[in-house]
Amino acid sequence: MLESIIETVEEEHRKQPFNRVRMIRLKLGALATVAPDSLRFCFPIIAGGSVAEGAQLEIDTVQGAGWCEDCRASIALTERYGPCPVCHGERIHMTSGDELQLTEIEVE
Amino acid sequence: MCAICGCGALGDHTHASGDHAHGLPIEFGAKLAAVHIPGWSQERTIRIERAILDKNDALAEINRSRLRSADVFALNFVSSPGSGKTSLLVRTIADLLSRRPIAVIEGDQQTSLDADRIRAAGAPAVQLNTGNGCHLDAHMVAHSLDKLSLVPGSLLFIENVGNLVCPAAFDLGEAHKVLVLSVTEGEDKPLKYPNMFAAADLMLLNKTDLLPHLDFDMQACAAAARRVNPTIDILPVSARTGAGLGAFYDWIDARHLSQALAI
Repeated sequence: MLESIIETVEEEHRKQPFNRVRMIRLKLGALATVAPDSLRFCFPIIAGGSVAEGAQLEIDTVQGAGWCEDCRASIALTERYGPCPVCHGERIHMTSGDELQLTEIEVE
Repeated sequence: MCAICGCGALGDHTHASGDHAHGLPIEFGAKLAAVHIPGWSQERTIRIERAILDKNDALAEINRSRLRSADVFALNFVSSPGSGKTSLLVRTIADLLSRRPIAVIEGDQQTSLDADRIRAAGAPAVQLNTGNGCHLDAHMVAHSLDKLSLVPGSLLFIENVGNLVCPAAFDLGEAHKVLVLSVTEGEDKPLKYPNMFAAADLMLLNKTDLLPHLDFDMQACAAAARRVNPTIDILPVSARTGAGLGAFYDWIDARHLSQALAI
């Protein structure tokens, strides 16, 4: 995933030149298949030697949320396909928490 | 260096008119006027707003249309290590190879042991070693497709790296993900690894020949899988005895037909 991020940044660099990347901002769902700490740990290794070397990695977490069919209301989800915290029903449609997005980069 | 076009020292040119040689219709004076316009100051923010796996997904779509137009039906087998994926493929090859061509892409961290088993069973196989990688991606599969002859009407089995987490996020261009769960694992696996069970269209409950020796609750496992994925198909099989595999082969035929008709 980090390689994919660096590749996108390199692509941006080819489109509009800049000297360095100061910051890379990601939007990650709390229930997505990614551990933010692992990303932070690996980032300097993967970014090394690329235009993103030395950049700061900012991660915005999107909390899990769903729509409960029984309550007819939005609810917080702390686990994927977890029960509704209000009525304990299981008819939940997950509406957020799955995000894996490269939002923006700050360059100079 | 000019941060707009990267063409040498700032003092050399002024970008004074809107008719910038590089096609950027904006006054360079913005910075001097101390107005921050996102995207145009020297220190600037570039909005990207793209899915991190955008590139993988685009490549996967290329693989998918390449397979579909060649009338190759591809299944991506995912599971934890030791669920019996390779044994299941070896058995399936033995049962189906006389009816239709089958090719296999084998993903492992290292060794060609699995590809050797597949070749011994009579099917061509490409071994992909991911090294430290924990999943296959669409790029690896694209290169493997170059090495296989895609025979119309054939089956392509992609055996992913044994891992119930990461392969869920990586589309390879397959028609379906088939999740193999062995009854020696736990019936609560679907709730513990929901992403993978949500991504799969079929769950094969393998090693059912061992059920008499276990406390595995098939109903509880099916209920857990359906809670995560209400539309998942579930078939109990034994790669060792062959029990239940007829239903799996029927599932393959039916889904392959759907793919062929969808073109």
